[in-house]
Amino acid sequence: MAKIRGAVVVDKERCKGCNVCVVTCPTNTLSLAREVNSKGYNFAYMENPEACIGCANCAVVCPDSVITVYKVKLQDA
Amino acid sequence: MDVKDIIKEENLVYKKSAIITDNTMHYCPGCTHGTVHKVVAEVIEEMGIQDKTIGVSPVGCSVLAYNYLDIDWQQAAHGRAPAVATAINRLYPEKYVFAYQGDGDLASIGCAEIIHACNRGENITVIFINNAIYGMTGGQMAPTTLEGMKTATTPYGRDVKLAGYPLKITELIAQLPGTCLVTRESAESAVAVRKLKKMIRKAFENTGKKKGTSFIEVVSTCNSGWKLSPVESNTWMKENMFPFYPLGTMKDI
Ligand SMILES: Cc1ncc(C[n+]2csc(CCOP(=O)(O)OP(=O)(O)O)c2C)c(N)n1
Ligand code: SF4
Ligand code: SF4
Ligand SMILES: [Mg+2]
Repeated sequence: MAKIRGAVVVDKERCKGCNVCVVTCPTNTLSLAREVNSKGYNFAYMENPEACIGCANCAVVCPDSVITVYKVKLQDA
Repeated sequence: MDVKDIIKEENLVYKKSAIITDNTMHYCPGCTHGTVHKVVAEVIEEMGIQDKTIGVSPVGCSVLAYNYLDIDWQQAAHGRAPAVATAINRLYPEKYVFAYQGDGDLASIGCAEIIHACNRGENITVIFINNAIYGMTGGQMAPTTLEGMKTATTPYGRDVKLAGYPLKITELIAQLPGTCLVTRESAESAVAVRKLKKMIRKAFENTGKKKGTSFIEVVSTCNSGWKLSPVESNTWMKENMFPFYPLGTMKDI
């Protein structure tokens, strides 16, 4: 069976830590970091990267357009 | 599979629209303005009309919208965006002209301009960000503020005996023969944003076909003005704004 794997890249300097992407993600991939960026925001990151399915919901709701999304389809060996 | 093997150009499924500039938006974290800017940018990019689109920005938090979308812009005096958009559209009838306005701008000081532009059926698109408050000036009551809603100028909640009823201006505009598309959308979830994008695309296509005024309200949040976190604001909006401002298309001809 084909398996979907996704990954997101958050432009952490431009992220404002609003948390909207975190609650939107259907697979609980994202969290806000404990560290902050140079503006003092706790930026979003993939806490559970294996969970990402590349649906792009996070990027679609991000008000600051800081998320880029990638997706691959894997064939089971 | 390692994350770095997934993050490759050939696996790209979503990236920032090329119409969105690299300027960091001045909006508060989680503000709906940014989300709607992005959707407008994606529609302009997908329609290939970057050099044919002229936006008119309002007075309000989105006064600086011209810094964020790489298209031509004109900034208008408070509430006058539909009048300025009228002039631009009449001088450049082949352009895609849109007014982008908040609820204070559109439904309060600019109430006459929007009603008359829609009644004349000006061939423009109007994007109306209804966050039920004057965001920019510190969260005062707007015409759209809900009954009982606390703001800086209604600390005990909006009293309709004193301040009148919240104004459903979109319902009024739907009655005007000049409008071809009147709809109320939102932008708090991926489903809502995708739906909003379809409607903004339809509005710009109407402008291309010279069908008259297309009017899109976006029920929005102003988390700073509402004094809630961005996520709490979305919940508050769903529980309190949606029952009074129900989502859906009122007119599509
Ligand atoms: C002629 C004039 N009157 C009043 C103001 C003050 N003022 C600036 S923004 C604003 C209201 C903005 O509210 P809204 O249109 O809802 O935009 P938001 O910031 O909520 O997006 C007001 C009253 C002004 N700039 N010019
Ligand atoms: S939605 Fe965007 S700005 Fe907000 S936390 Fe997520 S990546 Fe950061
Ligand atoms: S004050 Fe309100 S409308 Fe203005 S940027 Fe902040 S959240 Fe957005
Ligand atoms: Mg407002």
